[in-house]
Amino acid sequence: MNKDILVCGVGGQGTVLASKLIASAAMDNGEVVHSAETIGMAQRGGSVTSHIRIGDEIYSPLIPKGHADMIIAFEPAEAVRNLSYLKKDGIVIVNKQPVKPVTESLQDTGYDGVEMIEYMQKKCECIVVDAKSICEPLGSSKFFNVAILGVAVGSGKLGISKEWMVKQIETRVNAKFVEKNMQAFEAGIKVVQ
Amino acid sequence: MKKEYVMGNGAIALGAMAAGVNVVAGYPGTPSSEIIETISKYNNGDIHLEWSINEKAAMEVAAAAAYTGARTMVTMKQVGLNVASDPLMSLAYVGVKGGMVVVSADDPGPISSQTEQDTRLFGSFCKIPVFDPSTPEEAFEMIQDAFEYSEKYKTPVLFRPTTRVCHGYASIEVAESYDTKKHGDFEKDSSKWVIFPRLSFENHAMIEKRNPKIGADFSEYKYNSVRGNGKKAVFAGGISYAYAMEYLKDKDDVKVCKIGTPFPFPEDFVLRVLEGVEEVLCFEELHPFIEEELLKLVGKHHLNIKIRGKHTGDVALSGENSSESAREVISSFLGLSDSCEQIDLSDMPKLPVRPPVLCAGCPHRASFYAVKEAMKGKKAIFCGDIGCYTLGNAMPLDMVDTCLCMGAGITMAQGFNWTHDDCTNFAFVGDSTFFASGMTGVANALYNEADMILCVLDNSTTAMTGHQPHPGTGRNMMGDVVDKISIQSVLEGMGVKKIETVDPLDFEKAVNVVKECAEMKGVKAIIFKSPCIAIVKSDKKMTISDKCINCKKCIREIGCPALITVDGQVTIDSSLCTGCGLCSHICPVKAIGGECNE
Repeated sequence: MNKDILVCGVGGQGTVLASKLIASAAMDNGEVVHSAETIGMAQRGGSVTSHIRIGDEIYSPLIPKGHADMIIAFEPAEAVRNLSYLKKDGIVIVNKQPVKPVTESLQDTGYDGVEMIEYMQKKCECIVVDAKSICEPLGSSKFFNVAILGVAVGSGKLGISKEWMVKQIETRVNAKFVEKNMQAFEAGIKVVQ
Repeated sequence: MKKEYVMGNGAIALGAMAAGVNVVAGYPGTPSSEIIETISKYNNGDIHLEWSINEKAAMEVAAAAAYTGARTMVTMKQVGLNVASDPLMSLAYVGVKGGMVVVSADDPGPISSQTEQDTRLFGSFCKIPVFDPSTPEEAFEMIQDAFEYSEKYKTPVLFRPTTRVCHGYASIEVAESYDTKKHGDFEKDSSKWVIFPRLSFENHAMIEKRNPKIGADFSEYKYNSVRGNGKKAVFAGGISYAYAMEYLKDKDDVKVCKIGTPFPFPEDFVLRVLEGVEEVLCFEELHPFIEEELLKLVGKHHLNIKIRGKHTGDVALSGENSSESAREVISSFLGLSDSCEQIDLSDMPKLPVRPPVLCAGCPHRASFYAVKEAMKGKKAIFCGDIGCYTLGNAMPLDMVDTCLCMGAGITMAQGFNWTHDDCTNFAFVGDSTFFASGMTGVANALYNEADMILCVLDNSTTAMTGHQPHPGTGRNMMGDVVDKISIQSVLEGMGVKKIETVDPLDFEKAVNVVKECAEMKGVKAIIFKSPCIAIVKSDKKMTISDKCINCKKCIREIGCPALITVDGQVTIDSSLCTGCGLCSHICPVKAIGGECNE
C-alpha cells in the first residue's frame, strides 16, 4: 500500500494521538511507515501538522505537495492552509467548528470557518463533519479527534480497516478513556455509512 | 530484537545505547531535547544521564569521562554549541580515549531557533570529524559508527542531525537491552591531558596530518554513497538527500551522491564519483559546505567541472529545503520540465494567522502585566530572554524589547543602564535560564554597581522545550530527588540586598512590589513564583456576569487565548480557562468572577 495522509489542526486538538493511531495501525499490518510531527514553539496555539507516509519507496519525511491521498483536518482554516499537499483526486475530512486565533479577538475579521468549507467544496472531494454534535451524546467534546478518525476510516479511503483501528484504540489509548474513544469512533463511522 | 517506532532523536539515543554509551549529558533545546528523554526511558541506571546546567558544563563532564576510556555523548541544539565551543575547541587539541560524540542539532528555517548556523562549519573550524545523517534509520547506525571513529582516532566527533531528521519517525530494530562499555580508570599523564602551548603546537601538527587519513578512511564509509550514471551529478547531504531522492528515485541517468561525512571531506571517494562528470549541482541546507569542498577539490586537481549550488544562485542561501525546492532546482539543472499535478489554489481565501502565544492561565502573562501596570507612564526598557516568556513580546502585552541569547537579558539591562539616566531597566529570565547562564550576569551587575530590576519568572520547569527538570526543581535525570537550589538563596549569597518573592496571580501585591523596587537604587530582584499551567492542571474557571458592558478591555490588555468574542460578545472559553483570575483585575465593572486560583 502507498498512502500519504496529512493530519492537521491547532495546537492542543490531538493531532499527535490521531496520527499515532493511523501509523501504528498500518505498521501492525506489515506496512513500512514514516511520519513527522510539529514540535516546539508552534505547539502553543499555533498550526500543527502530522505527515504520515505509508509505503516502501519513501524518502522525504514530509509529504511532497500534491501527493496526499487524504487530509484529516480538525479545523477548517487549517485544512485550507494544507490543501496544497492534496492530490487532485484526494479527499479532505474536515471538522466544521472553527478555532479563532487570539489575534481574531483583538481585531475581529469575522472568521467563522464557513468560507473555508465552501472553498474546499469547490476544489476537491470533501466530507464536512460536525464533530461537536457527533460527540454531544458522549457528554464531552474531548474525543472529537477520534470521532473524525472514525469518519476517515468509514469513508473507506484511509486504507485502514475498522478492525485494525479498533485494535489500536484498545491498546494505545489510556485505559480510562478507551470506552469513550470507542463510542466516538463508532459515532464517526456511522456518519458516512 | 524488537521493533520500536521512534522519533529521529529516539533513534540517536538508542544508537548511542547500542554503542554502549556510559555517560550522557546535555542541555534542552529544540530540536535535540528528546535524545536525553529517550535514554531516560530506557536507562536501567547503568548510564550516567544528566541535564547539565548548560552545554559547556555538559561538554566538560563528558570530556573527563571520555578521558577514562568511557564512551560519552553530549546533546544540544546548534546555538548550544556556541556556549560549549570553549571546551570543544581545546578538547579537539587534547583528544579523548573513549569515544565521545557531540550531538549538535541544526535547525534550517529556522523553525525554533535564533540562528541558521551550520554545525558542519564548526567541525572544520575545530578540525574534528562530522557525521550528517539523512534519516532516523541512518542516524541509529551512524551514531554507532561515530563512536567507533572517535575511539579509533582519539578525537571528539560531531554528529549533526537537522530538525526534520530529529522529528521524523521511523521503525528501528533494537535489542531487548544494551550493556554499557567496560572502561578503566583515568591514567594520569600531564603531558597528555594538560593543555599548554607546547602540547597545542604538537597536536595541531598531528591533527593536520591525521585529518587527510580520516578523509581517506571516510572514502570507504558506507554512508558516502553514489547511485546512477551520467555526465551530471547531484551532491547532497542530510535531509536534502532525502528531498533530492524523492524527485530522482526513478532517474538513473544522473549520479546522486550522498555525503554522510562532510568533514574531513572524503576526497578519494568524491574524485571517483566525479570521473566522467561535467556538471555538478550541490543541494544542501545552510552553508554551501559540500559545494565549497567540491570547489576546492576541482581547483586542487584542475578538473574541468562546473560546480553549481548556492554560489551560483541555483539553490537558496537561507531557509530550509523541501521536496518542492528539490524538484524545482534539480529539474532545472537536468533541463526537464517541472510538472506536478496540483489543485489550483491561486484564489485561496485569507487564512487566520496563528502566532504562538502564552497559554491561557500562564503565570508569565500575569508577571508581565504586573510590571506593565506598575511602570505605566514611566520610562522603562524590558530585556527578555530565551524561553516561553519570549512570547511576552506579542501584542497586546508587548513586554519584550530585546532578546539575544541565553542569559543576555540580565547583562543587557546593565548596558542600557550605562546609556540611559532616566530609565528603569528590567531583565526577565526564566528559572532554567537563570541557572544556565543568568548567575554570572547578576554578579556582573553587583560588582559594577548597575541599577536594574531582575525579574525571575520561576515556573519550576524548563517549559518551552518540554518540561525538563533543572537544579531548582529537586529532580534529576537519574530519577533521584535532590536538594533544590533556591534562587532566592543564590541571590542572597551574591549580595543582592532587595529580593522579593511574589505570586504573580496575587496581582495587586505583585504590582506594588514592582513599584517599590522601581524606586530603589542598585540591583533588585523579584522572583515571580507560580508553576507552569501546562503541568499543574487546573479545573477552575472564570465566568462573566451580565454586568459585562462588552468594553473588551480584558481582551485588549492581556490577550489571553481563553478570552474570545462570540457573536460580538466577550466570552470565556471554558475549555481553555484555568481560573488564573488575571482578567478579573482588569474588568472596570467587576463583571468577571468565578472560582479563581488566587
